[in-house]
Amino acid sequence: MSDFSEAFAAAFALIISFESSLAEIVGLSLQISLIAVLLASLIGLPLGAALAVFRFPGRLTLVVILNALMGLPPVVVGLIVYLLLSRSGPLGTLGLLFTPTAMIIAQTILITPIIAALTRQSTDTLWKEYSEQFRSLGTRPDETVIALLWDNRFSLVTTILAGFGRASAEVGAVMIVGGNIDHVTRVMTTTIALETSKGNLALALGLGIILLCLALGVNAAAFLINEAAVKRHG
Amino acid sequence: MKVRFKSVLISLIASSVLAANAFAAERFIIVASTTSTVNSGLFDYLLPKFTKRHGIQIRVVGVGTGQAIRVARRGDADVLFVHHKKSELAFVRGGFGVERSDVMFNDFVIVGPENDPAKVDVTKTVVAAYQAIADKKSIFTSRGDDSGTHKKSLSIWQAALKMVPLSSGAKWYRETGSGMGATLNIASAMNAYTLTDRATWENFKNKGKLKILFQHDPMLQNQYGIIKVNPERHNHIKSKEADTFISWLLSSEGQTAINNYKLNGKQVFFANALK
Repeated sequence: MSDFSEAFAAAFALIISFESSLAEIVGLSLQISLIAVLLASLIGLPLGAALAVFRFPGRLTLVVILNALMGLPPVVVGLIVYLLLSRSGPLGTLGLLFTPTAMIIAQTILITPIIAALTRQSTDTLWKEYSEQFRSLGTRPDETVIALLWDNRFSLVTTILAGFGRASAEVGAVMIVGGNIDHVTRVMTTTIALETSKGNLALALGLGIILLCLALGVNAAAFLINEAAVKRHG
Repeated sequence: MKVRFKSVLISLIASSVLAANAFAAERFIIVASTTSTVNSGLFDYLLPKFTKRHGIQIRVVGVGTGQAIRVARRGDADVLFVHHKKSELAFVRGGFGVERSDVMFNDFVIVGPENDPAKVDVTKTVVAAYQAIADKKSIFTSRGDDSGTHKKSLSIWQAALKMVPLSSGAKWYRETGSGMGATLNIASAMNAYTLTDRATWENFKNKGKLKILFQHDPMLQNQYGIIKVNPERHNHIKSKEADTFISWLLSSEGQTAINNYKLNGKQVFFANALK
């Protein structure tokens, strides 16, 4: 049990002292994951809703593939992005390997399927309910997609949060494409991995507790904003 | 509401682009190195001194020696700083690197359970120590990756048993397939023997019931070398900055700094570029 009390003490000491290096790592983690969530939402939300509304051959196959991609192993995504961005790879001239941008790309690839698949699922339910009305009104398909997304916006917050959870918690992909470079690409999860490898188990667990608190904070904020919006718009 | 969302979105993207530009504006090189140099804290001590003097930031990617060599081979690093001379020379011979220089050495030690069931602390050579572990069938963990440490361990097994234990299916020999730190964590949990570099061991906090049982054998010297990645093969290599870093590390200033680095009051790296 002493390990856990030590971890809480370490987490507490870290927060109290609020070292600038910790602030930098926390800031970078949030920045990377939030931008990745933003990009993945811009792609995933319309894609998921479109898959629910449009009917075309091969649609079900696409849905199954999308659902399967929710289980993309981060290490594999990291490896693929590494090979693409490596100087010897097809996008090597961009010089993006071992930068925060590379980490954003990897996380975006990782969470777009999650956001798209969950969006498709919840939009599907809504679409079955309202498809008759949309048809009788003669709404264009693109307008339908936008209307369904807007109508579904409160439950889509949870979808986006699921994406954020995956992005902020994963270590495999960002470790490979970021390289865990001090002051440049070191984020919460890679720091935890590094401290574990140094045998600093209490400090590693302490950082884990801080990461959990961050996730809690983001989720609480999203929940409160959502509640307020529901109250205002009904 | 919609307008606000849009402005937030635009400012978010703008700020990320700005941040990316800020990174690009700095002068830096990427050094592919090993976990031992990172985990021991040497770079945290050494690199700020260099950056202060020359204004060049050093970005270290710390992986196993084998992986570091592959990173450098693909042109993803400007400088390679590892510890397996044979592979380093092969890297230069293959035209991937320009020239190899000795920088410093430290040494490997055998750590194991305090009560030392295989009695390796009374053996005279590292080969005899490995034989004692094999005779007793005491649990021995090895990294099983492509690292300099694992390659060293394999060469000792080869000398001790005329083969590597994994090929004989020995149950007491366990490859963890991970880095030095993870392997030490596993050894600590299983009370097993393992080979580690001294610097990583000294900085390791989860020692549990393990301690150093065997050390000081010529075979256990661990030489580090530095190589500039060949700019003729990869034209984006920052040749000038890489040269500045390498010559600083080999200069008396850099060498003194290496010797001055202490862990728990002990010197763990010994500069040997100036002979």
